[in-house]
Amino acid sequence: MSRYSRHIILSEIGQIGQDKLSNAKVLVVGAGGLGCPVLQYLAAAGIGTLGIIDFDVVEESNLHRQILFGTSNLGQNKANAAKTRLEDLNDTITINTYSYKLDYQNALELFNQYEIIVDGSDNFETRYLVNDACILTNKPLVFGAIYKFEGQVSVFNYQNGPSYRCLFPNPPKKDSVPNCSEIGVLGVLPGVIGSMQANEVLKIVLGIGKVLNGKLLCYNALTSQTSILKINKSETEISKVLKEQDSFHKKALLSNCGFESIEISINSILDNEKVQFIDVRELNELPKIENITITSIPLSELKNSIHKIDSEKKKVIFCQAGIRSKQAVSILNNLNISNCYSIKEGASEIIEIINNRHYTEGTNQAICSKQ
Amino acid sequence: MHIKVKYFGQIAEVTKSEEEVIEFSGCLISELLDVLYSKYPVLKNKDFQVAQNQELVTFKTEVSGNEIALLPPFAGG
Repeated sequence: MSRYSRHIILSEIGQIGQDKLSNAKVLVVGAGGLGCPVLQYLAAAGIGTLGIIDFDVVEESNLHRQILFGTSNLGQNKANAAKTRLEDLNDTITINTYSYKLDYQNALELFNQYEIIVDGSDNFETRYLVNDACILTNKPLVFGAIYKFEGQVSVFNYQNGPSYRCLFPNPPKKDSVPNCSEIGVLGVLPGVIGSMQANEVLKIVLGIGKVLNGKLLCYNALTSQTSILKINKSETEISKVLKEQDSFHKKALLSNCGFESIEISINSILDNEKVQFIDVRELNELPKIENITITSIPLSELKNSIHKIDSEKKKVIFCQAGIRSKQAVSILNNLNISNCYSIKEGASEIIEIINNRHYTEGTNQAICSKQ
Repeated sequence: MHIKVKYFGQIAEVTKSEEEVIEFSGCLISELLDVLYSKYPVLKNKDFQVAQNQELVTFKTEVSGNEIALLPPFAGG
């Protein structure tokens, strides 16, 4: 096959190496700044099965660095939009998409279906979840993270090596480290770091070169300097994770820990998703939203109206400006009701957006599809 | 002794430099950090790990190398 001829003529790869790539199964967590270049190179290299998990939608501010997407993808789920682009790049591979949020309930089952996990997430809560799930499923973790002009790359949990917790045992204090959307990032930086992550995946699959196992590579885009620091394994940190194996799936993502985790856009609500829309405005507040089924529970009555909340569905809460809805999520989380999200748009924006979409009423769910 | 201290990410923003030489007469990494905390009080609120001669060490490690790096975690992706 001429597609891989430039790989195959390398004596270090050959047809045997290319076959290893086509038999490999790699899951990429996050199709953002890091995930895009990772996916692009892994798909181009002929990794036979690629998984992409991302619940987020493409926004215009993503386009300066998330190179799989264009203006025609705005508002689309990132995993699905990435798949469309990657299928055009390489139609000989299998691409599985998971257009929902990685959590403690789905991580282990998902990771078990793959051989290598690549972390391209953008918050500490997910990074620690990915790390711990890799320990519990015994999968190598190809780690990458960025901050403004600097990046870090490493391979954790590989051949009995250290994990991310051996480097940073616990997540930092809440809100002490900003993310790209809050502080900005040089567009090309995730391209460099993501390409390095893709390179580590290829080295692991092919069994060539020296993998960044137990080493953290630090890159500075402004000085072009790289430093490689040695990380020692901490059995204490790893055994703490193993000890909690039985309770792992019972843990909940602390929505106030991630930076953007409780706030979503109405655009990110997917077709066929089981959703309960909750309006926490006072009953007399206008404009009213029509065409979709809404449960009205004013914020002041929320605590006493728990019986109106559908535990089976994703709770999507809105108000006039997106502030009371966040308070509502926090109240519900404190009452141990999970799977609650605040819509960042206010009521009038929501009306504008849903008027541009076609909603069909199901018995208990709003099914929405783009026109 | 003179120790070269390198700063990464948010730490370099606090110190306003990527590396500097610190005059140090103590023994442990934690003592070196005390010198840095008095120079840059904001550092006390930052999360970071310390590498000595390109190897991650604990704060209880003896200062034996001539290059120390302060390494914060990054969240972005």
